[in-house]
Amino acid sequence: MRIAGIIVFWLVALAFLYWTRRSRNVVFWPLLALACLLVFNLFFTPQFFRLELREGSFFGLPVAQLYGVPIDVLNHASKVGILAVGMTLVIAVGGIDLSVGAVMAIAGAMMATLSVQLELSPAVCILAALGAGIIAGMWNGFLVAVMGIPPMVATLILMVAGRGVAQLITDGQIIIFNNPILTSIGNAFLLVPVPFLLMLVLLIVTWLATRVTAVGFLIEAVGDNEVATHRAGVSSQSIKFLVYVFCGFCAAIAGLVQTSNIRSADANNIGLRLELDAIMSVVIGGTAMTGGRFYLASSVVGALLIQALTTTMYAKDVSPVVAPVPKALVILAVCLLQSERVRRFLASRRDAA
Amino acid sequence: MNSRYLPLVITAFVLALLLGAGGFFFTNFISFRVIINLFGDNAFVGVTAVGMTFVIISGGIDLSVASVIAFTTIFIAQTVNNGMHPLVSMALVLILGLLFGAIQGWFISYFNLPPFLVTLAGMFFARGVGFIINDISVAIKHPFYSETIRGLAIPVAQVGRAVVRIPFTAQCLIFFILGGTLLAAYSRFGRNVYAIGSNETSARLMGVPVDQIKIWVYALSGFCATAAGCVVTFYMQSGNSSSFVGLEMDAIAAAVIGGTLLTGGVGWVAGTLMGVLILGSIQSLITFQGSLNNWWAKIFIGTLLFLFISVQQLLNRRLKGR
Amino acid sequence: MENDTFLELKGITKAFPGVLALDKVSFSAKRGEVHALCGENGAGKSTLIKVLTGVYPGDGGKIGLDGQTIVPTSPRNAETKGISTVYQEVNLIPHLTVAENICLGREDRLAGVIRWRRVWKRAAAAIKRLDLKFDINLDAQLSDCSIAIQQMVAIARALDIDAKLLILDEPTSSLDDAEAEELFRIMRTLREQGMGIVFVTHFLDQVYRVSDHITVLRNGELVGEFTAVELPRLELVSKMVGKNVEEVKKLEKRVTFTSVSGRKTVVSARRLGRKGAINPIDFTLNEGEVVGLAGLLGSGRSETANLLFGVDPADSGELEIDGRRIRPDSPARAMRYGFGMLTEDRKFSGIVPNLSVRENIILAMQAKLGPWRKIPSRRANEIADQFIKALDIKTPSREQQIKNLSGGNQQKVIIARWLAVHPRLLILDEPTRGIDVGAKAEIEGLIQKLREEGMSLLLISSELEEVVRNSSRVIVLRDRTKITELSGDNLTERSILEVIASQAKDDATKETLKCE
Repeated sequence: MRIAGIIVFWLVALAFLYWTRRSRNVVFWPLLALACLLVFNLFFTPQFFRLELREGSFFGLPVAQLYGVPIDVLNHASKVGILAVGMTLVIAVGGIDLSVGAVMAIAGAMMATLSVQLELSPAVCILAALGAGIIAGMWNGFLVAVMGIPPMVATLILMVAGRGVAQLITDGQIIIFNNPILTSIGNAFLLVPVPFLLMLVLLIVTWLATRVTAVGFLIEAVGDNEVATHRAGVSSQSIKFLVYVFCGFCAAIAGLVQTSNIRSADANNIGLRLELDAIMSVVIGGTAMTGGRFYLASSVVGALLIQALTTTMYAKDVSPVVAPVPKALVILAVCLLQSERVRRFLASRRDAA
Repeated sequence: MNSRYLPLVITAFVLALLLGAGGFFFTNFISFRVIINLFGDNAFVGVTAVGMTFVIISGGIDLSVASVIAFTTIFIAQTVNNGMHPLVSMALVLILGLLFGAIQGWFISYFNLPPFLVTLAGMFFARGVGFIINDISVAIKHPFYSETIRGLAIPVAQVGRAVVRIPFTAQCLIFFILGGTLLAAYSRFGRNVYAIGSNETSARLMGVPVDQIKIWVYALSGFCATAAGCVVTFYMQSGNSSSFVGLEMDAIAAAVIGGTLLTGGVGWVAGTLMGVLILGSIQSLITFQGSLNNWWAKIFIGTLLFLFISVQQLLNRRLKGR
Repeated sequence: MENDTFLELKGITKAFPGVLALDKVSFSAKRGEVHALCGENGAGKSTLIKVLTGVYPGDGGKIGLDGQTIVPTSPRNAETKGISTVYQEVNLIPHLTVAENICLGREDRLAGVIRWRRVWKRAAAAIKRLDLKFDINLDAQLSDCSIAIQQMVAIARALDIDAKLLILDEPTSSLDDAEAEELFRIMRTLREQGMGIVFVTHFLDQVYRVSDHITVLRNGELVGEFTAVELPRLELVSKMVGKNVEEVKKLEKRVTFTSVSGRKTVVSARRLGRKGAINPIDFTLNEGEVVGLAGLLGSGRSETANLLFGVDPADSGELEIDGRRIRPDSPARAMRYGFGMLTEDRKFSGIVPNLSVRENIILAMQAKLGPWRKIPSRRANEIADQFIKALDIKTPSREQQIKNLSGGNQQKVIIARWLAVHPRLLILDEPTRGIDVGAKAEIEGLIQKLREEGMSLLLISSELEEVVRNSSRVIVLRDRTKITELSGDNLTERSILEVIASQAKDDATKETLKCE
């Protein structure tokens, strides 16, 4: 039974991989890397795949919960995955957002403070936190789209000041809360962890929102050739503005997840350095830093890949401190693969063969 | 008054305002000792920021500096405790830092990769290698540290019974600032860096060896970061591979507040020094005040960044409007 | 030795993917003379200069300098050999000072330390050689200087390296008359000092003002080398646009148009202008009519189009559509008034390279609908297929990235983009540039078809033949000013040529005109 399950899993995975290759889907490359990593674990870290079904509860309802290393990977990758969804769109218009980590802290601080100090209902707290993220995004969008400040510079401002704002909100305290609804965002399970479900929902909703409307198309057009798109009558300013606002919104969700997960708002540490992981996920996912075509699902796979890599090293008892080195190699490899010079070299090798 | 010096003037004004406010509200704030400490305590940020200034003027960015500092401290701590003389160890690590920067620069120029991503990889790499050397804080035990370095402090004044000395770290900062200024304003390398950052295509057409200069710029930044790591060991007397996470952003902020244009082509090492001192004096003010909270520093720094970036943007617009 | 030929280019060939930019072109320059290199866009002037200065490697041919064959590998390398170039877009460093720009890379040093005082002195000396009537502040930041000053700084830089040959690539295109005059004075001064000057330009007046010899290129080929005083203006123009004078005289209109009177006016402009782009201009554009805009490059053709389409909005005058006052201040706004515009630079502002043919076609349509209401994919496919078929766009599929198509097909895709929004007025800025003859004929056919369907079209082209063939009225521009409007029997290539070649105000070249 168990073996049959494993075989089915791998067959499905292989078929899916094959399908992505056939359809020339960009997600193939990060997926392939992820699959290689899993195969490695299959042989060298057997305990990696041990999954357990346990009884759990979801607001008093008995639900099954899966436990195991893969589930941990999903759980931990969710924050970065959520950030990566917003970051993908920002990078697709040729921008970058360094402030997402700080915005996470603001959103977390907002939620915890409102809940604990003003004892507002959880729904209000969550909405306020999301609103804070949107306002932060509007600020970035204003600087980039309206004032025309280069994105890296513009978002640096909020990156520095944002954490201060978050601490201002919490008055420098680490605010601990235990409202069951607020803590469940980051801790509950519905078979799989809720943060992962949130990430999936966000991914699907964003995908639909960009592909059912023309927003995705116009984002790609602006990122690929802003001048031509502008001359074709598209308001490139509003597209850029919109994208930064959405990125702020995603950062707020990620902030809620992490704050809820640790059941406290720690303005100093929530989302610390996660902007870099998010940017990395997007780049690994195949969206170019120069903008243009974007791949939402692929970015999320990139986030999973980074987390799986880290977790594998934990599992292999590699000291966790070495973890940054493979990360560095992955970024460098992805960069090189996208570089014109290497591509031409590979192409000439292929032609010669 | 030439408008291109406007950012520098504003920076000087803000610094004067901060020190003035400190002197007004707190007796002793503008004392020799406090000012010297301002230099000494922020020496490593300053030394890093000198390299960062060059990178930013060239139109790039270097995210790896904080990790390189951490790596340097642990490298020195570990090798010295294993019997190497500190000077040998420092010479070795400085060469390593230079090489590390040069390799980053090579990737950036040869493959035409975004500096942001390459130095991001460099950041993770240096951090990881530092951890591999040792992942705990290591105290440095060597007479060179406990005696020689202290002996290098220059006594400058006598206040009551205590002698005010300029610590060696502050001397290092002054040395790097002077060296950086000289390099930026009085060397071909420096002028070429400005040229690349201002207009790379033109610079190439005017015969500037763009690729070489870029490699050297990142090598210089690696060197400065390593030197900053050495400075850190002077007053911490220990090495720690997990320290200074996020310092690269302080260095960038110092450069921007000091009038360096993040898109390249404009910047002053002296401005960067003022930027570092502004960041430092905000910290000291908050320490002196006692009840004022740390987060105001961040918000204040963010506001300053906004102010400077806006001024530059307006100046730029005006230039383009011609 | 003074007048010896010291630069000799023989059989220079250069191909870019899909285009032969230079086909066995020869060129020579002598010391102490100004040699003009003339030709319309795409003639190969810039490519020739770039091969000569080592920006591109040549594919064939020989470059001889002072009797020795050289192979310039980079601009730096060319400079060391004594060839210095001042580009149209002034390739200097905007954030450095004038003096630094003059001496960049060659600063005087003592033990590695730059001796600024000496640098300043050298810069001042170089400027002095220009013999200017005014002072240039050596300490000024270059970006604070006017384009004219920047150009003079670039020339001073060339002097500082003791260049033997100075190439001026379209130096006057952004100068006003007085500034250009100052530049010519400098050129004459330098000529007297024995320097060879290659002057690339498309302004006829200026060619005659300073040049001793003229070399004309057309479509990457050498048309010929002439002595300035022996070549009448009219003949020069016809050589540039590629008709010999006899043919020009014989040419008759091939397309006949029905009378345009009584047609409904779509757009009318009164004193419409923008400072530095185009002097106030009046015109009307009617339904079912093609109006041509003729003039040499830099005469204000594209500027007029950009004014209409809101790319660079007008700062004076009035514009009306169907009698309603409008102010197009952005392309999006202009589009809402029913304007469409095929831009001049296809790569820079036309195609969205990595997106598909389908996406490029529906872009303007989608822009009109706004980001939220997406054109259903089946509808988008239909539209794309319909235009691919109607315009005979050669692409393996509608999902092909547009960058993989040939120039002509890319152009058709962009036209399809505008046809999809059914504009009242379609502005075509150089619709046939850089595309092959077959596609050219197709696009011209399409223009006539759209006219018959009642669209109003504004056609800009540097090929007079094309303008005359397709338009019922032609507005002739020179020096950013409308000179006249020709229609009916008056509309011939010859009449346009005469207007373009006629003198605006001065008389420096009256002698050459007499040859007509």
